[in-house]
Amino acid sequence: MARTLAMFTDTSLCIGCRACQVACKQWNELGMEVPQWTGTYQNQPHFTDQTYRLVRFVEEARPTGELAWLLMSDVCKHCVQAGCLEACPTGAIYRTQYGTVDLNQEACNGCRYCVSSCPFGVVAFDKGPGTAKKCTFCNDRIQNGLGPACAKACPTDSIQFGFREDLVAKAQKRVEALKGMGVRDAQLYGADPRGFLGGLNAFFLLLSKPSTYNLPDSPKLPQRNVVADSLLSIGSGVLVGLGALLAFRGRGQGGGDA
Amino acid sequence: MTTNLIDIQNADVIMATSNMAENHPVGFQFVMKAKERGAKLIHVDPRFTRTSAAADMHLPLRSGTNIAFFGGLIKYAIDNNLYFKDYVVHYTNASFLIDPEFKTATDLAGLFEGFDEAKRAYDQKSWKYQLDTEGNPKRDLTLRDPQSVFQLMRRQYNRYTVEMVERVCGIPKEKFIAAATLFCGASGPEKTGTITYALNLTQHTNGVENIRALCMLQLLLGNVGRPGGGVVALRGHANVQGATDLAVLYQDLPGYHPTPLRDAHPDLKTYLEKTTPKSGFVVNRPKWVVSMLKAWYGDKATRENDYGFDWIPKRAAADAYSQQHIFVDMYNGKIKGFFAIGQNPAVGGSNTRVVREALHKLDWLVVQDIFLTETAEVWKAPASSSRAAVNPKDVKTEVFFLPAAPAAEKDGTLTNTMRLIQWHDKAVDPPGDVRSDAEHIYQLGRRLKTLYAGSKAKRDQGLLALTWDYGDKHPSILKVLVEMNGIALEELKDKDGKVLYKKGDPLRTFADLRDDGTTASGIWIYTGVTVADAEGKIVNRAAGRKKADDKDYLAHGWGWSWPANRRILYNRAAAAPDGRPWSEKKKFLWWDPEAPSNVPDKKGRWVGLDVPDFNAFLAPDAKGGDNPYIMRADGKGAFFGPLLDGPFPEHYEPMESPVKNLLSKTQNNPTAKLWKVGEKRNELAGVGSTEYPYVITTYRLTEHHLSGVMSRNLPLLAELFESHFAELSHELARELGIENGERVTVMTPRGKIHVKAMVTRRLKPFTIDGKTVHQIGVPWHWGYNGVPALPGSKGDITNDLSANVGDPNVFIQESKAFLCNVKKGVV
Repeated sequence: MARTLAMFTDTSLCIGCRACQVACKQWNELGMEVPQWTGTYQNQPHFTDQTYRLVRFVEEARPTGELAWLLMSDVCKHCVQAGCLEACPTGAIYRTQYGTVDLNQEACNGCRYCVSSCPFGVVAFDKGPGTAKKCTFCNDRIQNGLGPACAKACPTDSIQFGFREDLVAKAQKRVEALKGMGVRDAQLYGADPRGFLGGLNAFFLLLSKPSTYNLPDSPKLPQRNVVADSLLSIGSGVLVGLGALLAFRGRGQGGGDA
Repeated sequence: MTTNLIDIQNADVIMATSNMAENHPVGFQFVMKAKERGAKLIHVDPRFTRTSAAADMHLPLRSGTNIAFFGGLIKYAIDNNLYFKDYVVHYTNASFLIDPEFKTATDLAGLFEGFDEAKRAYDQKSWKYQLDTEGNPKRDLTLRDPQSVFQLMRRQYNRYTVEMVERVCGIPKEKFIAAATLFCGASGPEKTGTITYALNLTQHTNGVENIRALCMLQLLLGNVGRPGGGVVALRGHANVQGATDLAVLYQDLPGYHPTPLRDAHPDLKTYLEKTTPKSGFVVNRPKWVVSMLKAWYGDKATRENDYGFDWIPKRAAADAYSQQHIFVDMYNGKIKGFFAIGQNPAVGGSNTRVVREALHKLDWLVVQDIFLTETAEVWKAPASSSRAAVNPKDVKTEVFFLPAAPAAEKDGTLTNTMRLIQWHDKAVDPPGDVRSDAEHIYQLGRRLKTLYAGSKAKRDQGLLALTWDYGDKHPSILKVLVEMNGIALEELKDKDGKVLYKKGDPLRTFADLRDDGTTASGIWIYTGVTVADAEGKIVNRAAGRKKADDKDYLAHGWGWSWPANRRILYNRAAAAPDGRPWSEKKKFLWWDPEAPSNVPDKKGRWVGLDVPDFNAFLAPDAKGGDNPYIMRADGKGAFFGPLLDGPFPEHYEPMESPVKNLLSKTQNNPTAKLWKVGEKRNELAGVGSTEYPYVITTYRLTEHHLSGVMSRNLPLLAELFESHFAELSHELARELGIENGERVTVMTPRGKIHVKAMVTRRLKPFTIDGKTVHQIGVPWHWGYNGVPALPGSKGDITNDLSANVGDPNVFIQESKAFLCNVKKGVV
């Protein structure tokens, strides 16, 4: 098993330029889309079947009264415990030898279970071919010794690519350095393998709590609810069935006035 | 820029006055590196932008008040003793005494001594040094003499208090003081700071003085010529520096010689006399100019015919030929034909409704560009908010479109903002009829020469004399580059008879250029970019790609930077007067007294991390050994620096302003240029206008490029913004009942546009002298062409709003600060 690869997006170095967003579209030969007005520079409110890297712009009024403009290049998190992968009935979504989560278009049957199983809303459905689409961690590039297109394009090295342990160590040092410089809310998101989803292979350094960026504070796999939900469903079914039996018990014996 | 992008990482503090992260994203990585090393970033900008997002401090500054801001910093540094005294005394003209008649703008209600009301110009006779009996400037090294430049500067800026900065710029006092303490405090032997600027300073009626103010501050703090210091002028992508080097500007010849004036410079001798100072490195100008003429006219340029000086076009007047002059003249029917080569003035000019109408008056128009631009299709422009659709039948202009190749389809060099010349090889051939600009121009020249062959008319002789043999179909760009570099036209020997060059050898340094017709060089500052190896083969140093390493963090083997591959200019100032580094930490260039000299019986040379921007063998204590500013006649950095509008920058309000000038009784730059255009086509809003009450600034976004030709025609870039927009504060939006995403109308006396409103916390109203002043921002990238499937890639032309007003020195337009009104909805 090869060492796990990861992308570390350090938003403290992001200048919101969108080189990553465009490089991704160019490399993956994604199509032009009609943008949507979001009220900010962001040109799509969500990931789409043609936008796998999406730069988000969040204006945050700090308690000091100062303004912060949080710039974040969002992407598929390549979760260690991936909801899309677990939901996929055909195995089209699979984990590569590098730990990244790829989506084999040929094996996809368009069922869209993956779309609803992603806690981050990353996966989108492409009506054209009728298949699901998401960031592949530039699988064609990493299988040939290259890093992802977004990391290559980033002018400030905000998106870093390498082996996971190396990047996590670097990220931890970076958070400490930022805190030392007075950036109190600097925090990692998805670096911890003991944290949510077993950790993210595309993890982040954020400058505010996750919900500021519309990221879930503690994302869970919907599949983790399957046993409990199923038992509840079965249990409810049994109760309804028993209730029905009890309610109609007297009918067959001609109770009541004749 | 005087320094180098890579070197920015050495700054202890960075003041970005321009929107560097958005407009120079690749260079900005070095600002991020500086931050990682603990540097602080201050961003000064009316808007909170992506640069502010990375900054430790954002100072909101009302557009058009840059001199009030810098003047405030100059006063603060002096009052609080934060300036670098040794540097100031020895390396600047602070100690020089000025003519006793001279008075500052503090004394004369906003004017300097010598203003002629009738001519609206200055008589500069008192703007000069006092001289001793030997003709040298008198100095007071204690800086106490009231007529010393230092004390005059202090007097000039004594009105620029922190309270005044708050009242005029709208920067809260505490914020200004915090920033001033931080920036000015990072000065002296152990620290350096750098300041970036771009069009935030240039595009004003006091644009040149804005830059002067920044330079003065950097000289005061002793930052210029030192690592992590300098003046970071951020030029445009990818080749604006290269373009101005090679005289795309009307007032320069290649290498920045003044374009001759017809009446003042009737012959070469007079021209050289008037433009060559008596001291300083520019005494060599005759060598550079004659060599340039030899490059242009080859054997036809001889001593007898003034090397062809008569053949080069002369300016009929100084107050002419700028971009704004051209379109006003065109509108008035004076210009018959026009080439727009990689230029889209229909969108990128000023007062662009007038520009587009002017283009309709031409007999012929040639547009040479990568896409069909708004200028190329000005004859059928669709309806906009400002005017009805153009009926092609009404336009008599014959329009030609020459499809031009973009960078990847041609060989050539680009010179970026750090003066770095990088050669790029062609990646693919241009398709179909597409040709490179070089081929178009080369072929045009050849055909014109054929057309005019045998002509005896005086005005045709220059064209016929031009050397024009760079290839058959497509010119060899390398051949052109070697000609620009310069070659020896015959065998050249030094004064001892040693052969320096064989005939035809490329020259290694501009020091070898001569004024006797034996050398040719298209542009003296590029001499050294192509040299010959031991076998005589051309080495194109612009193609070098040796990366930086521990020994050479400035990467002297990557590309080649003019002049002489120096990466940081004025680097003599990185050492103290005695030649030792100012400090171990800021070591950069120093005098090694033991190193071998260039003559056998002497020792000593300047060594360090860069090519010395100084005579490498001139000892620090020799005559001139403490003159780092080699391009100035007196070798010193200038606090006192005469320009047409004053020897010191003085705050004046923009030509359209919401408030009266609080610094003096002189409202505007008294020497600024204002054009009268047709019937009321260039009206200005009055001071404090209620019809146009809001300040408007125009700017660029990372995602789009200039007039949008190279971005709004590319789907993956065109889709990054949903539509053309204006940024408004929540406060203004509330006042006008405007919601985020609603269409609004922005109008000025020149025109109006319809855009979407982006309501944001990143713009806030200013409090100017106790009064609320709103400011909006509008990017100017949009025009009527674009990607058909993306309606938002097309939009109204922002420059329809701007006016024809200009800086008196260079006539640049004031697109950064004027007045507008905003109305809800489409009006």
